[in-house]
Amino acid sequence: MNYPVRQKSFKQPKVLADYPVGTAFPAGHLVETNASWRSHRPVIDAAKCTNCRICRLLCPDGVIHNSTPQGLEIDYDYCKGCGICAKECRQKAIRMENEGV
Amino acid sequence: MEKQLHLSDKKISIRDLGDREYFYGHKACPGCGGSLALRLALKVLGERSYAVVPAGCMSAVGFIFPQMAFSCNAIISTFPGTASMLSGVAAGARALGIKDFHAVGFAGDGGTADIGLQALSGAIDRHDKIMYICYDNEAYMNTGVQKSSLTPIGARTTTSPAGKRLKGAVTHKKPMFEIVAAHGIDYAATASVGYPLDYLRKLEYASKVDGTSYIHVFAPCPVGWGHDTSDTISVAKNAVDCGLWFLAEFSDGKFTLNHKPGKFTSAENYLLGQSRFRHLGEEDVKDILAERDSRWSRILSEWSL
Amino acid sequence: MIPAQKAFLSGNEAVAAGVRLARPHVIAAYPITPQTTVIERLAEMVEDDSLKAEYLHVESEHSALSACIGASAVGARTFTATSSQGLLYMAECLHYASGGRFPVVMMNANRSLALPWNIYGDQRDSLSLLDCGWIQVYAEDAQESLDLIIHGYAIAEDPHVLTPFMINLDGFLITHTYELVNLPTQEDVDVFLPPFRTVNKMDLDHPMSLAFTAGPAYNQSFKQLQHQAMMSASKVIFETEERFGQLFGRHYPGLIETIHCDDAEFILVTLGSVAGTVRPVVEKLRSLGERVGLVRIRYMRPFPDTEISTALAGAKSVGVLEKDISFGYEGTVFTNVNSALMRAKVLPPRLLNFVGGLGGKDISATDIERLFLRLKSPDDGETVAFI
Repeated sequence: MNYPVRQKSFKQPKVLADYPVGTAFPAGHLVETNASWRSHRPVIDAAKCTNCRICRLLCPDGVIHNSTPQGLEIDYDYCKGCGICAKECRQKAIRMENEGV
Repeated sequence: MEKQLHLSDKKISIRDLGDREYFYGHKACPGCGGSLALRLALKVLGERSYAVVPAGCMSAVGFIFPQMAFSCNAIISTFPGTASMLSGVAAGARALGIKDFHAVGFAGDGGTADIGLQALSGAIDRHDKIMYICYDNEAYMNTGVQKSSLTPIGARTTTSPAGKRLKGAVTHKKPMFEIVAAHGIDYAATASVGYPLDYLRKLEYASKVDGTSYIHVFAPCPVGWGHDTSDTISVAKNAVDCGLWFLAEFSDGKFTLNHKPGKFTSAENYLLGQSRFRHLGEEDVKDILAERDSRWSRILSEWSL
Repeated sequence: MIPAQKAFLSGNEAVAAGVRLARPHVIAAYPITPQTTVIERLAEMVEDDSLKAEYLHVESEHSALSACIGASAVGARTFTATSSQGLLYMAECLHYASGGRFPVVMMNANRSLALPWNIYGDQRDSLSLLDCGWIQVYAEDAQESLDLIIHGYAIAEDPHVLTPFMINLDGFLITHTYELVNLPTQEDVDVFLPPFRTVNKMDLDHPMSLAFTAGPAYNQSFKQLQHQAMMSASKVIFETEERFGQLFGRHYPGLIETIHCDDAEFILVTLGSVAGTVRPVVEKLRSLGERVGLVRIRYMRPFPDTEISTALAGAKSVGVLEKDISFGYEGTVFTNVNSALMRAKVLPPRLLNFVGGLGGKDISATDIERLFLRLKSPDDGETVAFI
């Protein structure tokens, strides 16, 4: 696994025995997504994209992934719609689409 | 092309960084410069890292039970104790015979230059084999934008308001880079998320230092600084290009300036593009430029290029 | 059992000897009178390689405990020591270590807290931090101090406990006075105290997030678990003392020690080294036909409420003698003892709080005799008496 995905099977602790020992818990354990934070989502125009991967470098949330040798894929579960990728893309290959309310 | 000089001759590009993400699913604000700085650092350092993160933005957004955004080992330290916990982690791992690991701390400007300065000084003095990264968003952002000793002069914060009598912060940034250098630290560098490749290069170099290393990375905060979330990288780059921040290294008693801008871009544009500076008048900007120029004349005469 | 050695050691030196035997991985400490000779001896042991530990010259007490927590968080056994001002300086870290369930062992030299400044022994420092979640035990002499270090690691590191452990030595009275001490052998201690193993750590093979945030929905449960772990420490303390007695021949009496309480009318409850002054007075008064007794509290946390109410059940007059005062009310030990008595519905006709020894004020055998006399005398209406 190159990056964590949401743990759909996570059960909220109900009794004391469900809690971990100490304040210690497995790393990379996600139960929520951040998708609801955004109002605009980045969309990559594959035709214009030269795969320079500057967007991937500069995403503060790391959600732009090398999916295939040719193309990049955005994990919309964790994209917050900040727009850095679209702003920094040299080819203007990324547009921020309004997702509505 | 401006002249560039680095202690490391190894260039790191995005292609050198693997596919793994170690800081993912965190609750930082959209466009957070600090989270980018942390994310990139862990991509360079890799999975054999123990990350120590004090109270501040990065710990507050990364460890909210049961959502753990760090995929490598990570622990929250007390606010003053980043560097001392790092020393303990490194000593404990060493005593247990664990090899080839990185003990790396990520503290904000407040956690470094104010409450954490004593412990940092002690760790440098001991030459403990740790990496200390200060992500500088120029205020106590996690608690709601209060002034720190790294808040630049003239910046509006909630505890240094701009009004009729006072124009925001009235003191200059504490020279943290020079302070750690004065300790004779094994390696120190300044960086910016606006110059990411320079930052990656310094991370890789610092990771190999047999002693204490310190990287001070300029990390804009859209919320606290008052700029668009998409402008984080360009703001961080402009700070360097207009001379209000600098890229340099220190090692072996010597300062090296990595990047000398040919001609400074407009500092006024940089300042007035952020709402925290928008109250500044012509005279205030002139004062800031004068201070910048005197600092640069010292840098250019004393540091090697 | 291999015959052990004897040595003429101060309380502090006995602590250092015990620490070396426990094989800590990391020692991080900052000097403060009257703890200094502990960390000086440890530094010498590291220098001559008889103690293989990482020794960190930290720049403050807060950093000392912070470093120990960091080391414990990767699975290392750690030790630190401090006193009064230093203990208070690291106060935030005390809660951090206990909440994080890191079994750090610490020796505290009980010393008065400024202001006024005073380097001598009283118990205000540790007693003002009774709520911080550390197991707290009070030694009477150098032998017990050494033995408690070894007990401490065994108890703290027990998987059901995982709670940091504070061993208190009265400043100067125990830290700097010398006695003949039996030194266990390293071989015996290695049998008694296995290497530290825990799941509560960062691990390069199984990455973990430690010392995280827990919001309103979860936080109280973590705290409840911490409380339960401290409560379960009593059982582990008994078992550890049992094992220790079998291997080393010194049997410790549990959370409290009682002398002549079975038929005592007048009982003094004490904490720390002053018991050594009370013992001969008790024997003397007993020989004169006085039915007096002594309860020496060893562990203040977990608090031995049933043991204390049982010991005091038959008494007419009880005096709690302690070297602290919670300003605006009464001594902390007195508060805890009264609570235990109330829970058990045991109420001796008379309960007195004797506050003395503050700032190292001497308490003599004559003073103790006067206290027993006072317990016997009619009630003068005073509950909290500075002696």
